[in-house]
Amino acid sequence: MFSTPIFAPNFETGMVFRNIKRLLVAVLCTFLFTFSNIAIAQHEGEMHADSTTKEAAEGDFNVTETILEHIKDDHSWHLWGHTSIALPVILYSDKGLEVFSSEHLVNEHHEPVVYTGNYSYKLFEGKIKVANADGTLNEESSKNVWDFSITKNVASLFVSIFIILLIFLTVGAAYKKRGVTSAPKGLQSFMEPIVLFVRDEVAKPNIGHKYARYMPFLLTIFFLILTNNFLGLIPFFPGGANVSGNIAFTMTLAVFVFVIVNLNANKSYWEHIFWMPGMHWSMKVFLAPIELIGVFTKPISLMIRLFANITAGHILVLSLICLIFIFKTVFASVIAVPFAVFIGLIELLVAFLQAYIFTMLSAMYIGMATEEHHHEDAHH
Amino acid sequence: MLLEVVGSVAAIGAGLAAIGAGIGIGQIGKGAVEGIARQPEAANDIRANMIVAAAFVEAVALFAVVVALLGNG
Repeated sequence: MFSTPIFAPNFETGMVFRNIKRLLVAVLCTFLFTFSNIAIAQHEGEMHADSTTKEAAEGDFNVTETILEHIKDDHSWHLWGHTSIALPVILYSDKGLEVFSSEHLVNEHHEPVVYTGNYSYKLFEGKIKVANADGTLNEESSKNVWDFSITKNVASLFVSIFIILLIFLTVGAAYKKRGVTSAPKGLQSFMEPIVLFVRDEVAKPNIGHKYARYMPFLLTIFFLILTNNFLGLIPFFPGGANVSGNIAFTMTLAVFVFVIVNLNANKSYWEHIFWMPGMHWSMKVFLAPIELIGVFTKPISLMIRLFANITAGHILVLSLICLIFIFKTVFASVIAVPFAVFIGLIELLVAFLQAYIFTMLSAMYIGMATEEHHHEDAHH
Repeated sequence: MLLEVVGSVAAIGAGLAAIGAGIGIGQIGKGAVEGIARQPEAANDIRANMIVAAAFVEAVALFAVVVALLGNG
């Protein structure tokens, strides 16, 4: 008797609450996106009021430009709104070394201005070049200037170095204090399975019994790539730089792999490249150049794979967010934001996967180079 | 009446690469699912190999994306 009047309203209020909650989320989302749109519109308005040169592009939202601007390196690190950290510029030219803050290179509207040091410097498409008196690019003098600046990518690399050192010094100290045989505790128990994963799944099966010698290198590249991939996925300050999507960074790693593989390569590795055993001599001559090209394509494919995967992921997320600005309506965010979140989750997987693949292929190449081949005639 | 085609050939190239990668990843997925169905106890090994192989196929498609981007820019 009592249950009906008590239960029914409860049930209904529960429904109402749930509906209100949903409504609130929807309203909040709409509000946030309207707000951000207004903020951007205001920002654009300011830009247009100030710049007369970009009159032609007014009203047009250039997707390619926006995306490329977000994935490339920069001389300042954007925080929020109009706030950004000016990073130091270090230039070496025939007139000597000079260091100054990158805030001298832009005015308050983020437009490039001329800074006069040893030469008159100006940003051309984000790169520091020497400018003529009328503000145009002086290519002759630009060749004399070497840019060693702490850019956004370099600063982000410092952040990742700090994070890696913090984690591994802590874990290392714990092992030193409590011994390697005791059960891991805290951060130790988080890192130990990952290190063991690299050892048991990556190094041992691919390199064989000599794996211990290459473990420091493999662990270093694994955790460096992993940390930088994760930092790249964070859209705001400590992250936000596209380090592992920078071809110079991946090239450096690939060159390390190239050097380590070829320095540790044994005789039979080189024999298989230059004079493939067990073949007719004409085939050996034919195979040698192909195998030699293979020596170089392996690290090159490592370099491009990591670069392309991370860059493509960033472009994907950015283009989904750009949909909102292409359609110029907040309702596009209903589709764009869930998709961006979904792609973001896939990118988390990719971040780990690419670190794993890079390490695994490096281990595989090292394994191939150091493998002890039994000579065919030894069996007979 | 002719329609004006705007854009670059690079986009077509990227699209073709996506078709190739789609077929490749589809084959990998098919092979892995069949393998797991026959030998459920080997599911973990098969899954790990599947992901690695899929990453290789994906990388080829991304090479094409990079070329398309360079062609575009």
